[in-house]
Amino acid sequence: MTEIPPMPAAGNVAAPVPRAPGRPRWAVVGERLLEWIIRLCGISAILFVLGIFYFVFAKAAPILLDKEFSLTEFLFSTKWYPTSEINVRYGTLALTVGTLAVTLLAMLIAVPFGLGAAIFVSEFCGPRLKETLKIVIELLAAIPSVVWGFIGLSVMKTVIEKTTGAPVGVNVLNGGIILALMSVPIIVSISEDALKAVPDSYREAGIALGATRWQLVYKVLLPAAKTGLLAAVLLGVGRAIGETMAVLMATGHAVNVPTSVLDPVRTLTATIAAELGEAPEGSNHYRVLFLIGVLLFTITFVINLAADLVIRGIRRK
Amino acid sequence: MVSPKPTIQVQDLRLAYGTKEVIHGISFDIRRHEIFGIIGPAQSGKTSLLRCLNRTIDFTPGVRLEGAIRVDGEDVRQIRDVFGLRRKIGMVAPLPVGLPLSIYDNVAFAPRCAGVKARSELDGLVEHCLRQAALWDEVKDRLHTLGTKLSGGQQQRLTIARALSHQPEILCLDEFSIAIDPVTTMRIEGVLKELQSSMTIILVTNLVQQARRLARRTMFLWNGRIVQLDASDVIFSEDPGNRQTYEYVHGIFG
Repeated sequence: MTEIPPMPAAGNVAAPVPRAPGRPRWAVVGERLLEWIIRLCGISAILFVLGIFYFVFAKAAPILLDKEFSLTEFLFSTKWYPTSEINVRYGTLALTVGTLAVTLLAMLIAVPFGLGAAIFVSEFCGPRLKETLKIVIELLAAIPSVVWGFIGLSVMKTVIEKTTGAPVGVNVLNGGIILALMSVPIIVSISEDALKAVPDSYREAGIALGATRWQLVYKVLLPAAKTGLLAAVLLGVGRAIGETMAVLMATGHAVNVPTSVLDPVRTLTATIAAELGEAPEGSNHYRVLFLIGVLLFTITFVINLAADLVIRGIRRK
Repeated sequence: MVSPKPTIQVQDLRLAYGTKEVIHGISFDIRRHEIFGIIGPAQSGKTSLLRCLNRTIDFTPGVRLEGAIRVDGEDVRQIRDVFGLRRKIGMVAPLPVGLPLSIYDNVAFAPRCAGVKARSELDGLVEHCLRQAALWDEVKDRLHTLGTKLSGGQQQRLTIARALSHQPEILCLDEFSIAIDPVTTMRIEGVLKELQSSMTIILVTNLVQQARRLARRTMFLWNGRIVQLDASDVIFSEDPGNRQTYEYVHGIFG
């Protein structure tokens, strides 16, 4: 029988602290530390959202306790006279409708355009054109919103007045087109990423089954990329709802429930931007403007939630 | 016996990715309704050859193709209706690619692309193809769940059912049994033997024994050249007449 070597640490040596062989202590500790840092990064996103919501809401909250303030009026009245001496009214319905109208129009233009462009860039165009288009589209995303506003105010305004005969060229149509142009680059680049993430094996399988390029796109690629595409659209919507400067300049800034796309409107964001500087801190007007911030928050939250539910619905199918 | 007319004629085919030539001028015929085995180690050009056949090679940038491949007498490179060509050829990839659709839609994909719309016709076709691929009994109660949720072996049989769904004249199987257990493999091999009466089958395989079991003729491809092409009886015999073939088939090299 061969001799069995003695167990290490079984004899006169004190048993060492067990640890993974070959891994120094600093590596173990460093890994822990990194894990915690990453965890903190993840949680911080939630903390920031909650924090922003808290501070905005805290500024707005006292108005809710004010006897003269009515939440129903705030939400459903179209009368916005925040600086009136005799008849102060804080009704935001016209502003909400203005925001939604401009956003809806912008999305009606931007979503088909953006998705179409993304499909073209990702599936149909040659490599050289693809690079050029991507650079140009990214450049489009980098244009500051005040420049877009300027274009709305100077270029689009005259174009709209000439072609439609509208009395005022700064209106829902103008704001919608400007917002669409601003959202398209975002929608295109995110959708393009989503389409690029579809494995090539899907494409090859579809093609081998005799699918034409179009059949491949709408039967394979769009279903496979739908989550990413929805995220792209949502980011576009978020951009459109949250945009301030461009809509301030391009929509006419008139409190008005629009009856056609040629009516000027005012949006929630533009109202905050235009009036916050003039409202005395701590006044009711000041607090109502923060409440509008809460309202904006709620609108985007509801849209995101709805989209999430839609996606889940699709997935369960 | 009159030897059947060749379905596929390959003449002096050369294929290069960029400057790297992977197929160095090979010529062979595949006859109608035979099972044609292609064996050979990795990197010998087997998959590239199949991709030339249905012209999915077009999607790889920088490919240069010389020589001719004729399917039913028509040069595939001059063919107008490339979608028609692809419907004529069923292709099964080594690793199953379940499209992100339901089982039913996966199988109904090709017929729908070809314009079949009637529900009853599709239903019949889907059942027929799934039965042919020995998958029907396992999935008949959940045809509308996602195809990608099936196990690897089931997914592979799904891709076989899918490849059969456009009633191809030629069925190409590219190492189909890599992800399947031996029992299922045997079942599919049985299916292939039955299909032989209605279509030409090209069987690319790493399993030498599989080619021996199924193929009437076998081609040994190595580094883009044909080492030997002969009846399987000869290739797998004790004396194939070529030392490399003998050593590869008997596991001495490779």
